[in-house]
Amino acid sequence: MAEVKQNIKLPKDSLEKTTQTINLGPTHPATHGVFQNILEIDGERIMQATPTVGYIHRAFEKIAERKPLYQVTPLTDRLNYCSAPINNIGWHLTVEKFVGIDIPARAQYLRVIIMELARISDHLICNSILGVDSGAFTGFLYIFQYRELIYEIYEEICGSRLTTNIGRIGGFERDFSETAWAKINKFLDEFPRVLKEFEDLFNRNRIFIERTQGVGGISAERALAYGFTGPNLRAAGVDYDVRVQKPYCRYEEFDFKVPVGTTGDCYDRYLVRNEEMWQSISLIKQAIQKIGELKGEEATKYHADAPDFYLPLKKDVYTKMEALIYHFKIIMGEVDIPAGELYNAVEGANGELGYYFISDGGRSAYRLHFRRPCFIYYQAYPELVEGSMLSDAILTMSSLNLIAGELDA
Amino acid sequence: MLNSKFVLDKLIEKFGESVFGYEEQFDMMAIYGDKELNLKMLQFLYDDEDLAFRFMTDLTAIHYPNNKGEELVVTYLLYNMPKNFHIRLKFALDINKPDIYTASKLHATANWLERECYDFYGVNFVGHPNLIRVMNVDEMDYFPMRKEFPLEDQTRTDKDDEMFGRGGHFNFGKFSV
Amino acid sequence: MIHNKRPVTHNTNVKIVDMPEGVQGEGFMAMQFSKVIGLARKNSIWPLPFATSCCGIEFMATMGSTYDLSRFGSERLAFTPRQCDLLMVMGTISKKMAPVLRQVYIQMAEPRWVVAVGACASSGGIFDTYSVLQGIDQVIPVDVYVPGCPPRPEAIIDGIMRVQDLVENESLRRRSSPEYVELLKSYGIS
Repeated sequence: MAEVKQNIKLPKDSLEKTTQTINLGPTHPATHGVFQNILEIDGERIMQATPTVGYIHRAFEKIAERKPLYQVTPLTDRLNYCSAPINNIGWHLTVEKFVGIDIPARAQYLRVIIMELARISDHLICNSILGVDSGAFTGFLYIFQYRELIYEIYEEICGSRLTTNIGRIGGFERDFSETAWAKINKFLDEFPRVLKEFEDLFNRNRIFIERTQGVGGISAERALAYGFTGPNLRAAGVDYDVRVQKPYCRYEEFDFKVPVGTTGDCYDRYLVRNEEMWQSISLIKQAIQKIGELKGEEATKYHADAPDFYLPLKKDVYTKMEALIYHFKIIMGEVDIPAGELYNAVEGANGELGYYFISDGGRSAYRLHFRRPCFIYYQAYPELVEGSMLSDAILTMSSLNLIAGELDA
Repeated sequence: MLNSKFVLDKLIEKFGESVFGYEEQFDMMAIYGDKELNLKMLQFLYDDEDLAFRFMTDLTAIHYPNNKGEELVVTYLLYNMPKNFHIRLKFALDINKPDIYTASKLHATANWLERECYDFYGVNFVGHPNLIRVMNVDEMDYFPMRKEFPLEDQTRTDKDDEMFGRGGHFNFGKFSV
Repeated sequence: MIHNKRPVTHNTNVKIVDMPEGVQGEGFMAMQFSKVIGLARKNSIWPLPFATSCCGIEFMATMGSTYDLSRFGSERLAFTPRQCDLLMVMGTISKKMAPVLRQVYIQMAEPRWVVAVGACASSGGIFDTYSVLQGIDQVIPVDVYVPGCPPRPEAIIDGIMRVQDLVENESLRRRSSPEYVELLKSYGIS
């Protein structure tokens, strides 16, 4: 157990002599996932918090050392499972950069669409659960109906709703069907109105503002010292976005703004996430328009020409020799990868999701380390809640968007 | 102009012999240094106005069982946010005495990252305020990410080895597989 | 507001559960206790969502309005074991979490049922590692397993309906029967 300073002595004029120890345990309705906090409270005020994690440690990094590269994608799904496509595509981008595969333009724009849909999906969960934790259940019900639309889009494209394993190293396994485009367009038609309604419910709601403003704030210097990235850092005032600083997947061609807050408290984080969702909607529309402008062969290629990593078509496997050999080698994991190391980062829904990939020339990674934003900013939780009320602790945890799968890997 | 050569030259100028080498891959330079001076190097990179690496992106360790005397490598990934530039530092440790100074006073983010390194590899960060396991159960007595330990739980009794082709005996007539 | 100006409809097609068979007469009705109690229990199960990872998000989708779980009487998700009937374990349980799970199960009052939702809770799932418990039936007795990674909300609802079948047909004496006591003793829960 972590060394908890039990029973802090309180000043002479307090009612109690020492603080009370409370366990905000691994099973708690408001913790989204399993992490524990041992709180020392004086009445309702928190004197000290000690977080413990590791209740869902699944040893991804060790599993990845013995799997061929395409089998690591389902593992990355389960990191931040609310926005699984971003993790998948981040891993594919890492491998493609490492091995040196050029992805055609259409595939990159399709990837942008999928990643922005995933970002919307994650921010929707965070904001609606923030509403639930402060007592407002309605927003959750309205929003989840529209998350079902996003799930239907994923299901049409890759077959699965939540843990998507979307795309392949080299592009996508199949082009988006007519139904998928119809669903994406339906989502783009209906969702903005719902997001506006959600904002109307919460943005100027006096109870919500009183509960979230001034709660769990962090200054930009402390946030940078703690290694914050993503919406939490942007709410504190620093406009660091991996899509802008180290663009990938043709993000440099898109026109989008990076919303930045001022105080870094829960209300700012909520507003930053809402604004990011609007930007994501705009990005999806731009991507669809850019796909429409592609001409010639570029307009139809949805995968790269990488026979070592991208499975050949089935009809070729049954008729051609090389295709058969490549198919066998890829499936059995007998593709040799060059030696080297690479750190690649994507802008996950929670921040900079980094993949530190080291290969020694074998067939699987020698070491794969995930730089998980949730793990890094959960360290700051004691500093965020010290001195605040117990209910504020719940809201802070909720607005930080802690996903247990990403915390523990 | 902030680029890898500038950083490397400044480090060599300040630390001389303690910079053991470098390698550059995919536009990122990894600088190998003496583990005794890791904190001094991090402090120098933090304080210097031209370098200003004030954001620690990542901290992890790697186990190379074949490099005797230098099995564990602790690596720091530092970032200069205004100039958008990464640099990687690597320090090699002997597995029998894996001590290295903690960076948690300088970068607050290193606190749990170092605990994770300790939990997985057994790296002892000297001066860390609370160096205990973070991910695994507290009673665990080995460091699981080291290469000599297997992935699966070896104490399981319910695996059906014969069905999965491990051990067991298939006897097709006279063959024994 | 979400559905644009849909005309007001009143649901005249409300399904009412059939009355269990019994002997009726003027001013009295006689039927088996177990049938009445089973009927009441089955349609008002209060679940305890023990959501650890990805299956928890699918559970949230099940609670949402598209796949509404509260139609089955599970409107109130109480997160306290003292007041719940059904422990739904959703997600990977690691060895660090197993004592917590056991403690929650021990705190539940009889009659209690357990659903293992997802592959990780049923058997460890895709994680055959040193830190993951290979199925929660290593620590607590399970009634229904819902496989899937993650299972679709329809599958979770199907699992709840199987639990409803178990609840409806359970004998009133089951919880003090020697087999059940033996089962709990085999898990070390007395």
